[in-house]
Amino acid sequence: MPDTQNWWSTIAPAAPEMYLATVICVILLIDVFAGGSRRPRLTGTLTLIALAVGAWVTLEYGSVGGRTPLFGGLYIADPLALVLKLSALLYVAVALLYSRPALARRGTGGEYHVLALTALLGIYVLASAGNLLSLYIGVELLALSLYAMIAFDRESPVSAEAAMKYFVLGSIASGMLLYGISLVYGLTGTLALDEVALRLTAEPSLGMVAGVAFVVVAIAFKFGAVPFHMWVPDVYHGAPTTVTLFLSTAPKFAYFALAYRLLSQGLDGISPTWTQMLAIIGVLSLIVGNVFAIAQANLKRMLAYSAIANVGFILLGFTTGTAAGYSAALYYTIVYVLATLGAFGVILLASRRGFEADELEDYKGLQARDPMLALWMMMMMFSTAGVPPFVGFWAKLAIFEALWQVGAVWLIVIGALAAVVGAFYYIRVVKLMYFDDAPSAPRGEASGALRLVLGVNALATLALGVVPASLFDLCKAVLG
Amino acid sequence: MLSNYLPILIYLAVATGVGVALLVIGALIGRYFTRYPDDVEKRSAYECGFEAFEDSRRRFDVRYYLVAILFIVFDLEIAFLFPWAVALDAIGSAGLVAMGIFLAILVVGFAYEWKKGALEWD
Repeated sequence: MPDTQNWWSTIAPAAPEMYLATVICVILLIDVFAGGSRRPRLTGTLTLIALAVGAWVTLEYGSVGGRTPLFGGLYIADPLALVLKLSALLYVAVALLYSRPALARRGTGGEYHVLALTALLGIYVLASAGNLLSLYIGVELLALSLYAMIAFDRESPVSAEAAMKYFVLGSIASGMLLYGISLVYGLTGTLALDEVALRLTAEPSLGMVAGVAFVVVAIAFKFGAVPFHMWVPDVYHGAPTTVTLFLSTAPKFAYFALAYRLLSQGLDGISPTWTQMLAIIGVLSLIVGNVFAIAQANLKRMLAYSAIANVGFILLGFTTGTAAGYSAALYYTIVYVLATLGAFGVILLASRRGFEADELEDYKGLQARDPMLALWMMMMMFSTAGVPPFVGFWAKLAIFEALWQVGAVWLIVIGALAAVVGAFYYIRVVKLMYFDDAPSAPRGEASGALRLVLGVNALATLALGVVPASLFDLCKAVLG
Repeated sequence: MLSNYLPILIYLAVATGVGVALLVIGALIGRYFTRYPDDVEKRSAYECGFEAFEDSRRRFDVRYYLVAILFIVFDLEIAFLFPWAVALDAIGSAGLVAMGIFLAILVVGFAYEWKKGALEWD
């Protein structure tokens, strides 16, 4: 049937999304009819298998030579989308793997995995959005899944508070985004991002500046950048650690896609407007995140402030308004999320039934109790702090290099100073683990296989640091 | 471009003006043209001439919310189905397939809520 062949080839690049949507429905039904309390691990296993197949589907159908618009430009398949999707999928899979013991301990229902998959679908849609509407649908699909995941531990008041805060602030952010989008739409008369880019006037009107401001506020809200960061520490702290792990990793790619598609592609013509806003937000994030992280006694809270600070770096990459800056920001996102994934993985693997290893105190003398876990944690901390030869160093260097090319020396100075302040609290964790006396804390009960995955995660930060070129060249190529 | 928004500005001004004017006029008439400035009957809830049975702010079962939210999902589906049915001639087989996918997803949700017992009251 040549006609069917032809029809399929016009929508084939969107196969990963169709696959995910189908798999979500199937797994939900399997969970409710065959899983549940009878086979509590079934849904988790199925989800991991589905993600493995999903990686193949994404690679097979999502790889298109150049920029391929589908569905009248609503959906765009390009190499950037492929990289974002594959990274998000990999990180979701590893995050769910790390979460397995903790989820089994708490007896979490199979819906947790289904929500993780819908969040991933949201990331996929966002990564490929070519229209303001598909962009918004992706944002909402991701956000709604995350609200429900944070509220999953519904017996815990802290968790409910975190979910409420995230829900209220997230809704405000979505409202801001919609309002900004409506202004952009009103002033350009189109929803397609390509068309918006064409119809921009060199000198933006007052309404357009207002629209851009609302959009930037929404992006800062979603990323958790200062001054829209209030939810980050409470949500990271209050949510179950498995959810914090999820929340702090894969969605960052979605927000990168949101910022890139909306600002760098759609509103490229008036980049001076938003680069100034992002520079202020980025600098504030760097300062506030790093300074407040020092005062935290809880590791999840500390990593939350660390997330704020690192988002500052990602936004600094965007302030350049150049392809070099965007690729540095993409590189930074991939690298930072890799180390965060491992750090939260350590928290999960160091915990056991009735004991959550989320206070800094719990890490005193970890080296004596569990030398392997301490070594992995040290590598994550060094990478996030930007100590060579770990990959975090190259990520910071890439951002600085991009800033240097546009002559933003003052941003480099602030970034470097913030990185020095940040190094203090990352290395303090290492000091606690290696040089302090061990209280008699219980040892984590994670299986050997998970420790191995965590080891691969940690060694990846080292290996990518020793050979940084291939990943960085990839980031450059997809944004060139 | 910005001048296109002038009607909206006028609309906002009129809406604010009318809103404020109604409140002010009501307050003024109430203050200067009333025979009984303060009266128990005036301040009590009006319920068709007889005493109110109970306070309107009372607790009720959270399950009503569940029923309401499930109802909304499947009620809105009708809002999609009617225009779709009317326009089916124009949109052809592509429209049929699209609605089939949409309904299939809803059926998955329906099977899930049924199996989970969300439709049982006890």
